[in-house]
Amino acid sequence: MAERILKNISSRGLKNALKGNDYRKEATISYAILIVGFILLQAGAATGLIGHNLQGQFVPICVYCSLAVSLNLVVGISGELSLGHAGFMAVGAFSGILVSRIIGPSLAFEPAVVLISMLFGALMAAAAGFVIGIPILGLRGDYLAIVTLAFGEIIRNLMNVLYFGLDNGRLRFAFNHSIEGIENADRIITGAIGATGTKTMATFTWGLLLCLFTVFVVLNIKNSKQGRAIMSIRDNRIAGESIGLDVRKYKLMAFVVSAALAGMAGCLFGLNYSTLVPVKFNFNTSVLILVFVVLGGVGNIWGGIIAAALLTVLPEAFRQFADYRMLTYAVVLILVMICTYNPTLKARITGIWSKIKPFKKQSESKGKGKNKKGRKGAA
Amino acid sequence: MTLLTNLISGLSLGSVYAIIALGYTMVYGISKMLNFAHGDVIMIGGYMSFIMTMYIGMNGWLAMLVAMVVCTLLGIMIERLAYRPLRGTGSLAVLITAIGVSYFLQNIALLIWGANPKMFTSLFKGMKPIHAAGGQLTITPESIFTILANVVIMILLTLFVSKTKAGKAMRAVSEDNGAAQLMGINVNQSISLTFAIGSGLAAVAGVLMLSTYPVLMPTTGAMPGIKAFTAAVFGGIGSIPGAMIGGLILGIIEIFSRAYISTELSDAIVFACLIIVLLVKPTGLLGKKISEKV
Repeated sequence: MAERILKNISSRGLKNALKGNDYRKEATISYAILIVGFILLQAGAATGLIGHNLQGQFVPICVYCSLAVSLNLVVGISGELSLGHAGFMAVGAFSGILVSRIIGPSLAFEPAVVLISMLFGALMAAAAGFVIGIPILGLRGDYLAIVTLAFGEIIRNLMNVLYFGLDNGRLRFAFNHSIEGIENADRIITGAIGATGTKTMATFTWGLLLCLFTVFVVLNIKNSKQGRAIMSIRDNRIAGESIGLDVRKYKLMAFVVSAALAGMAGCLFGLNYSTLVPVKFNFNTSVLILVFVVLGGVGNIWGGIIAAALLTVLPEAFRQFADYRMLTYAVVLILVMICTYNPTLKARITGIWSKIKPFKKQSESKGKGKNKKGRKGAA
Repeated sequence: MTLLTNLISGLSLGSVYAIIALGYTMVYGISKMLNFAHGDVIMIGGYMSFIMTMYIGMNGWLAMLVAMVVCTLLGIMIERLAYRPLRGTGSLAVLITAIGVSYFLQNIALLIWGANPKMFTSLFKGMKPIHAAGGQLTITPESIFTILANVVIMILLTLFVSKTKAGKAMRAVSEDNGAAQLMGINVNQSISLTFAIGSGLAAVAGVLMLSTYPVLMPTTGAMPGIKAFTAAVFGGIGSIPGAMIGGLILGIIEIFSRAYISTELSDAIVFACLIIVLLVKPTGLLGKKISEKV
């Protein structure tokens, strides 16, 4: 009974209830994009069509795709603005690197090391998400955004003074490099210099597995009882509360799962570089991930994947126009936002589009309805 | 005595944050958007003032006036071109656009002035610091003028908002956009005016800040922008006295944690204080509690 009411108050939930194939469609498209993209890029690399610079971007592309999907769980599905996703990424990256350095020498099987590191990174990020999630429960809208921003900055600041070292197989850590016992140790994380001497174990295949796993988790949450509860709270919190949904529990759930997935992605990112500075995980990175989510369409899983991949590849491809690259990026970002969200421009663009494609008028109007709902979720 | 010295420099830094936070809080109050480009307007103001004094040989105060005019126009232009088309479409779209504007300003500055840091000449270069308590306490003219400027701006702005017709219109629009329009208030004009005032103040804040911390780069405005935004939320976003109190408290916390705890952790402490305040009072120190209706 409660399940039925739940479906009714969530507009998207209602649609899901009417058309059970929506989930399957979204899942098929998402997995197809990931696998086809993987095969195409692998083929490109094998035949030499893709240069070394771009090949170096394979793992970051996967990491950003995965981050876009996990942030979508908070921004799109839970409807809360998060500006500190890079903070969870940092937690996952540095704790994962730590584990890989500790168990790395004794465990010969490399994939196991990567897997254990990633799981530990996810665990630590989930713990961080839980801690930061508690104050978030009482906050709404923009106040929540600023707390996540503050959290991201705190993490980055703490990383700047954190020192980890191995001393004859024993782990030592300090908040100050001058503390005794750390100076002789084999350093793993050195404050603002970050993690050094990491064995780069991340491969493109791991990247694909990470993306597939993230999409699997997020899509399944979206299509579960809990997911519908989360979405109904997003669409109408008071209505959700009135039928007995525990708002705090569901918001926290979305937040912690998203943090854990970000930690996992961060760990793979960390294992991709032999040195990694904490500055990498600043506010700009959080914003970048948010831009992927918004440009891909808030709540749209595969849209985020495409946006993340394109926006990671394109700036790299236009490196020779270094001076104008970021300027163009900024202008394009503003123009895209205005063109997709301004009511009059949007109507005009859809009008032109339907003239070009006269056969698809019906599905076009369907698409428009979808957008409208996506926007409602964002507000 | 060091305590008093730290307190004064804390108040001075806090005053800068307060002036910047005014821009955030007024814009938020009237159009419910987080204007992330505000910090970069400070940077543009700094560069304008720098160019006017270094290359044109203008007097520092006159240069500040020019910077104010340029930033005011810039603020109006940003609102007109980037934010107005997106009004009423939800906070996320406007937020991303503001971030786009922020990237745009930073990269324009990078193209024109390069990435090398420039050394800003203090506005109060000729003045001597005041020595008190037998030479133990030194007060720089920068601190005095920054704190004074903050007080003057606060008084003028409060008077403007409560006494003048334009100020009352601004308050009406921030209270209820639609009702204000029905009362014959020109909403567009009010919002433009808010952006103009906020951006003009950002230029003043930029010059005052660079007088104390003279390194000028395209990314100079980013961190003070975020801190001032924090200050605005700290005091309760949308409230003018809140911005002032939030800014001052934040400045004092930052200087004190730098002096007594750790330089590297000062930012973390500032942000942790924000989280604690929001835990106790979810809408900031002076924020209004909004009750939701079904």
